Amino acid sequence: MSRLKGAPSPPSAARPVGTAGFVLPALVLIGVFLVFPALWTIYLGLTDYRLTGLEAADPRVVGLDNYTAALGDERFRGSLWLTVQFVLGSAVIGQAVLGFAIAWVLRDRRGPVKRVTEGLVLLAWILPSSVVAFLWIALLDRDEGTLNALLHTPGAAWLLDHPMPSIIVFNVWRGTAFSMMLYGAALSNVPPSLLETARLAGASTLQQLRDVVLPHIKGHVLTNLLLISLWTFNDFSTFQITAGGPDGRSEILPVYIYNVALSGGRLGFGAAISFLVLLVNLVFAVAYLRLLRSRRTDATPKAAP
Amino acid sequence: MRPAFAVLAGAVLVVAGCGTGGGSGGSGDEITLVITANAISGGKNSESAEWTEKWVIPRFEAAQKAKGRNVRVRFQPSGVADEQYKTKIALDLKSHAGADVIDLDGIWVGEFAQAGYVKPLAEVAGPEVDAWEGWSRIPPAVQGLGVFDGKRYALPQGTDGRVLFYNKKLFAAAGLPSDWRPKSWQEILDAGAALKKAGVPVPIQIDAGTAMGEATTMQGVLPLLAGAGAEIYADGKWTGATQALKDVLGFYRQIYTTGLGDPKLQQEAQGRDKSFARFAEGKVGILAEGDYFWRSVIEPKTGVAPMAARDADVGYALIPAERPGVGIRGQDAVSMSGGAVRVVNPFSKNPKPAWELLSFMHSAEATTAQLAGAVRITSRTDVNDKVLSVDPMLKFVSDEVLPITAYRPPLAVYPQVSVALQEATAEVVSGRSVEEAAAAYQRKLESIVGASNVSR
Repeated sequence: MSRLKGAPSPPSAARPVGTAGFVLPALVLIGVFLVFPALWTIYLGLTDYRLTGLEAADPRVVGLDNYTAALGDERFRGSLWLTVQFVLGSAVIGQAVLGFAIAWVLRDRRGPVKRVTEGLVLLAWILPSSVVAFLWIALLDRDEGTLNALLHTPGAAWLLDHPMPSIIVFNVWRGTAFSMMLYGAALSNVPPSLLETARLAGASTLQQLRDVVLPHIKGHVLTNLLLISLWTFNDFSTFQITAGGPDGRSEILPVYIYNVALSGGRLGFGAAISFLVLLVNLVFAVAYLRLLRSRRTDATPKAAP
Repeated sequence: MRPAFAVLAGAVLVVAGCGTGGGSGGSGDEITLVITANAISGGKNSESAEWTEKWVIPRFEAAQKAKGRNVRVRFQPSGVADEQYKTKIALDLKSHAGADVIDLDGIWVGEFAQAGYVKPLAEVAGPEVDAWEGWSRIPPAVQGLGVFDGKRYALPQGTDGRVLFYNKKLFAAAGLPSDWRPKSWQEILDAGAALKKAGVPVPIQIDAGTAMGEATTMQGVLPLLAGAGAEIYADGKWTGATQALKDVLGFYRQIYTTGLGDPKLQQEAQGRDKSFARFAEGKVGILAEGDYFWRSVIEPKTGVAPMAARDADVGYALIPAERPGVGIRGQDAVSMSGGAVRVVNPFSKNPKPAWELLSFMHSAEATTAQLAGAVRITSRTDVNDKVLSVDPMLKFVSDEVLPITAYRPPLAVYPQVSVALQEATAEVVSGRSVEEAAAAYQRKLESIVGASNVSR
């Protein structure tokens, strides 16, 4: 009200209050749903809190015991290594490369081929994960799996003998759509005239990609890698296919946390691992954001002339 | 804000939406009670779910109406692995929510009680509990399933026993007797070898590994350990990497590394259910299970893997000790028993009606009605005396297995020890040596219960 009356007053006086007013609801939401749980996780990680038993009623603070236990636990270290394989294999190599390849091949195409391909890739992305998990179990099952019927390999236990490759292929299939769409949009920003010139100058496809396309979409590549690495690092949908098994051989960190904290009831220990995961996420994010920023500062002077 | 929140909580937790408005009095004094169990019509423990829905609920509601009370009862079914069900119930109780009457495995009572998730029945529902007519009908050993620290936390539903089931048709094809009575572990292995020779795909199924969860411990490790002369917890100490434990792991190793068992089946997420289906299909020769397998899995009509000719085709035998006379208490044969219980949710808004419902579910009339579909060994001697003669298998368990059986220690730390045992079998099944697996088990056990509480 008062602001309306004093409409011509200098904006500098009104803005802080106005800005704060607009930002406040968002900050409250972030505080309640993000900052508080994160702080609470840190606290829980310092206790021996359990789902059942005496420690559930009366948790004690045990300091850094959970962290030293985690770092000394071969199951945790194994899980960390599996997660690295999962992120590199399914996101950085699988989704990003396949997504780019599809976008590149389809870039000039029109008509049903493009629409059908894009539709199928998108379908894998938008289906509910429980449905998708069931489809993949039906595909890879040892006894009545579709894949064994197609390959005439009865009894091949894909999920038991090759659990990591199975979930990596699964996640590539599941998540390629995002990379495909992002690169598709990025490629449409590459001026066709530049590509034309490069072609006339006799540049091979590889050279065109390296010298013309990549410089133009570098920012998109980094954004894409940042997002899909983070998503994959935190992905839980493989739980529905292998549940981390057999014997923990596909137990990536999110599944490990679930198995330890909820199935095993060690909530305090699980919270400590969650905090470590949070730290890894932050490191990822900061590294990528820095790359992005340096890219932008590089690009500005070059673009000027 | 508050009514909205109450509605939301009611919708999400499927707790009594109407009940939250209680206390205000007035005309609509209806209360709602919820029963939950890991049972679902047409799936897991189907007969129990149907008994709850079709017998308990209508009769209890009618009985309450006759007393002038307006009580509605709903059943919240579930059909998942026992460990998942346990997690769900623990989370419900942790947030002071959940059903009013809850089905639990007796072995969880200790840790739930320590966490404050369940309370002594008399504390929850008042002096009516100790005055209940049923207590005198339940033998103390069976009451023990629901007792912790000397207090009654739960009503036991019944008890069970573990035996070796075998397929008589496959036995005939392998030249083995139809009234098989193994005297030692070696005779089990010999029978397995004969079955393998006759082309049976899975000669022996003894649950192993972590994917099978508590089934590995209960159907496999603990009966075998008892057969080797040791209990998992005795005289205040937990059994470490003793010779008895190494013998058990050695037995597993012999089965799973010489083609007498299917090691992959032990690793699959749905391995136990698959092993049931395989047995029903006639692909498994010998399978160690509780009588649950007989009455709920291969039961010809309502089982999850029904066998039409169960009574003719399936035999059962006591689990032999490693060698005659070396079992616990010098026995020739051994078993393990447990049993499900029911508790009243201590956070129930209507604890007294909930206790009335619970005791109604455990009355002689209700217990008898539950047996209409499938006979089982109930907690009530008055009912057992009448019904057990109907089913020879359950009579066998009652007469021959229960006298030689043993129980798991009702301690909160037991589930963690159980997981360590499962992991030890998993290692042996996937090819590691007995010595390695036993040493790893010893390390884990010491970190769980403390080195001074481990015998070796």
